[in-house]
Amino acid sequence: MATNLLLDIAWTHVTARVRQTLVGMAGVAMGVGFTIMMAGLMQGSQIDFLRQLVDTMPHITVEDERRSVPVQPADQEYGAVQISNVANVNNRPGIKYPESVMTSLRSWIPGDVAPSVKTTAIIDHGGGRVGVTLVGIDPRLEIRVSKLASQMRDGNIADLSRAPNAIIIGQALAEKLAVKTGNTVLLIGGQGTEINSTVVGIFRSGLRRVDEGQIYSLINFAQVIMGKSGIINELRLRLNDPLIAQKVATQVEAQTGYKSVSWEEANSDLLSSFSVRDFIVLTVMGAMLLTSSFATYNIISTITHEKRQDIAIMKSLGMREYSVRRIFIIEAAIIGVVGTLFGWLLGYLLCYGWSQITIYNTLTGTTVPLSIYYSPMHYIVAGGISLLCCTGAAYFPARKATSVHPVEIIRGAS
Amino acid sequence: MSETALQAVGLVRRIEGVVSHTLINGINLSVEKGEFLAITGPSGSGKSSLLYLLGLLDAPTEGEVIICGQPTSKLSESERADVRLTKCGFVFQFHFLLPEFTSLDNVLLPMRAAGKMSEKDMRERGLELLTSLGLKEHANKRPNQLSGGQRQRVAIARALSNRPEIIVADEPTGALDTASTEQVFGILRDIADDGRTVVVVTHDPALAARADRRVHIVDGKIDGTTLLSDRTSVAVGAAAAEP
Repeated sequence: MATNLLLDIAWTHVTARVRQTLVGMAGVAMGVGFTIMMAGLMQGSQIDFLRQLVDTMPHITVEDERRSVPVQPADQEYGAVQISNVANVNNRPGIKYPESVMTSLRSWIPGDVAPSVKTTAIIDHGGGRVGVTLVGIDPRLEIRVSKLASQMRDGNIADLSRAPNAIIIGQALAEKLAVKTGNTVLLIGGQGTEINSTVVGIFRSGLRRVDEGQIYSLINFAQVIMGKSGIINELRLRLNDPLIAQKVATQVEAQTGYKSVSWEEANSDLLSSFSVRDFIVLTVMGAMLLTSSFATYNIISTITHEKRQDIAIMKSLGMREYSVRRIFIIEAAIIGVVGTLFGWLLGYLLCYGWSQITIYNTLTGTTVPLSIYYSPMHYIVAGGISLLCCTGAAYFPARKATSVHPVEIIRGAS
Repeated sequence: MSETALQAVGLVRRIEGVVSHTLINGINLSVEKGEFLAITGPSGSGKSSLLYLLGLLDAPTEGEVIICGQPTSKLSESERADVRLTKCGFVFQFHFLLPEFTSLDNVLLPMRAAGKMSEKDMRERGLELLTSLGLKEHANKRPNQLSGGQRQRVAIARALSNRPEIIVADEPTGALDTASTEQVFGILRDIADDGRTVVVVTHDPALAARADRRVHIVDGKIDGTTLLSDRTSVAVGAAAAEP
């Protein structure tokens, strides 16, 4: 059957019902447009959040512990011996030969590595006491593996070397304890060591748990607070591409034997919640597109109902059933294609409009424009699903109408 | 020996349901090539049902329709559509033209559906048909701009467009005034005289009298056959029913 003929008939039908056709196209355009806007908005905010997260923490952290209980010597010597109640003794002696390990890692990882000492402490100021994580760092190396230098709101990272027992604290903690740069606070280590420290800087990472619960000092000061001189219990890696962190972490762990945690693993619960959120968003977007296709269903139903006689005549003239059916599918496709094109335009305009709106970002503490992610994939997927929904919506009324025997309609008209 | 264009053998059309109803009950009929056959009968006698069976618009419950020597009972619905497209032309009581299309576009429809001619040849053929039926100046008008007689002539032009062997017409003058009726019947007569087979269902005995042969149907059976011209014809009714 000549496709031109089917196209001609389909085009004639849709152009003969301008208002209905425009309503159908508007329905599709709204569905596609709002889907694109939602996708851009959701993905934009997600990417923005992840970027913030990745910037705040090392991409990989090598810790001085093992993932599983080490094999006991008795197990190695005597296969038949069964050892029960083996405890993973909390004995963290630090990373052995950290300089050698770092040199080795630097030779192949696409990024850099810095040593640190991580311990717990209590910070006391004016009677207020807060438990914190103290991270001892080397300021010269730290700038290669973290964004701490750019997160400084007061002072700078090099000031750690300019005062004895200097520390840098988070803005949220500073506000909580009413501490300012230059103030002295008391740090109490796990072994009961109490040392007066000077606050030389205040940072803001954007993550409240970090800003409120983490402070920085030089490595040797952290070792003193910990009561273990010379210890390095954490290596912090920053990669050129954070998306390969999991793969590199696996390789690092295989090489060093130490537990290596990528930022993805450290935030797996958060990423998992993103998956759930993605699923919900996809479901909502699918529902929007499906709903918009109901307009098409309605139009094609109306047209097929009005054109019952034409259908009968075309069939009686010798046009095959599926050819006649294709006419109505083509009509839906015309509505879908034009609606999708307008939907793309609408989607872009909505995204642009949203990007002009500024909101207060609790992560950065600044007023920023809404983050929108522009991706051709959003347009392709929204358009594709919409076309599929439109043609699917047309198929059923078209099939019903064209399956009627022409004699029934001709007799009814006579 | 004349050539048979259309043959019905033991045709039965029954509608099954809570109460079964037999529309056509064992009709045997042969129509020669170039013959003008009129089917008459009272309302509900089964004339149109017979016509739909002969034109492959409907399928018989039993029996066989042979068109130009081709048995059709085992054809699929698509194959039956192909036979309708190439070998049968339909004219109905109401013109059934596509309202959004011009007269010429309506005439072109079967040719475009067959897809065997170039666009230029199709348009030439369409205009030629409309001209021959006195509708040249109405070629670009839509059905709602034409009179009833003009619409029916466009429908006849459409039926002729694929040069079918058989023209099947169901009360083609039923909705026309006297002048238009005369004109349409004259055209159908000319078509038969040109060598095509024409089968017409009509209520009008005066018009039926101008056919080559008249078959009278009552209760789905051939009640009588009247030879009206000197054409050699074969009319075989149901053996028991036909007198």
